[in-house]
Amino acid sequence: MGAAETEKLSGPRATTSLVSRGSPLASTREQVQTLARLPLRNFADAAGTLRPASIEIFQINVGKLCNMTCRHCHVDAGPDRTAEMMTRETVDLCLAALDRTAARTVDITGGAPELNPQFRYLVDACIGRGKHVMDRCNLTVLLTGPCRDLPEWFAARGVEIVCSLPHYRKRNTDVQRGAGTFEKSIEALRRLNSAGYGKGDPRLRLTLMHNPVGAFLAGDQKSMERDWKEGLVANHGVTFDALVALNNMPISRFLEWLQTSGNLERYMEILVNAYNPGTVQGLMCRNTLSVGWDGRIYDCDFNQMLELDARTPDGRAAHLRDFDPQKLGARSIVTGRHCFGCTAGAGSSCGGALA
Amino acid sequence: METYYKPEHLPQFPSIAEGNPKLAELFFAWYGEVFKPGALSAREKALIALAVAQVVQCPYCIDAYSKESLQQGADLEQMTEALHVAAAIRGGASLVHGVQMLEHVHKQVMA
Repeated sequence: MGAAETEKLSGPRATTSLVSRGSPLASTREQVQTLARLPLRNFADAAGTLRPASIEIFQINVGKLCNMTCRHCHVDAGPDRTAEMMTRETVDLCLAALDRTAARTVDITGGAPELNPQFRYLVDACIGRGKHVMDRCNLTVLLTGPCRDLPEWFAARGVEIVCSLPHYRKRNTDVQRGAGTFEKSIEALRRLNSAGYGKGDPRLRLTLMHNPVGAFLAGDQKSMERDWKEGLVANHGVTFDALVALNNMPISRFLEWLQTSGNLERYMEILVNAYNPGTVQGLMCRNTLSVGWDGRIYDCDFNQMLELDARTPDGRAAHLRDFDPQKLGARSIVTGRHCFGCTAGAGSSCGGALA
Repeated sequence: METYYKPEHLPQFPSIAEGNPKLAELFFAWYGEVFKPGALSAREKALIALAVAQVVQCPYCIDAYSKESLQQGADLEQMTEALHVAAAIRGGASLVHGVQMLEHVHKQVMA
């Protein structure tokens, strides 16, 4: 996709990417060091060394291109991020690796994964292997030209849609994700409902994903799901199956916002003080492998965005080219202070609360 | 004491047990149960608490339940409406006593 084509990508813009602004925090090293400088306890002191369990989820991040630029984005995705795009060759390496694991679920993310030209090939290949496929969708992308047919296309294949919608009302959605996001998201949800999603059919599951719109933890997931369901059906006639609530990770653009708003130290104290040992067993880094657009392998999508590679016991950074599930199973999970984001309160993973 | 209210008193609330641990334990257990989601959602309970906090003018509670309302998924518009409900009841409670005033006036003044 060329620069002229990405310019045409319509989507709300709450900010611009750190990379496009030449921000110091565009450097992953600077992000890690920013967290390391804070006067807080270290994650390893709280949780010890984490070891992987069996791989249940094979998560593939196909690139950083997105039609949106949300203020809390941990990927620093945006319309300018065209360089990081998974190729057909790397998709095929993913599939070959997938065939060597017992993972039942393929979790496809980005950026807006639907904008990768290999996206439909990847989904079809995974469905053909009998996998449960999840698409992490920003909703507004479903209104862009090349993606308008996706609700029906997804429905024909039984792809689970996990959508970002921080709030069931306009204000907090637009402030986080850009003016006009809420209305576009509602329109996209209506199209998904029309395709059969979000009506209790386990084959056409529609999950909404909530991130707090500020420097506080995600609330009670079940209670919020009820509020979201009542609010969306009463005001917009929209239905969905489940809500997952995720804490914001103190990395990338959310880290920038924490810094500039003077909330960084206080937010990190909230995360550290809310450390819940009951969340550790279910952490996604223990049952997930996360693959980057270039074939590098990570313990989770957050480590991926900090370029903290998963390392096999011989110390080598893991890559699809030399994929070895046994060696990966014997690794120690790479952790850092950002990991307190997943262990705070009720916990937080790609599947929502943990405890 | 340079000020009557100090922000650090809020996290020190459990120290109130010093004079009577049993009563404190009962209070905090009851308090925790009250705020669990039930027939009302956690967000609804946080908004009620925020409104009451304004009426009783407790800065600790305003701090705690502004945060809690946000965390449980309320937005600024909902929180502001909760405040107006509290203010309306408070204002109405003042004004409705005006009926007592009227009774006094009607009893004592020639019609």
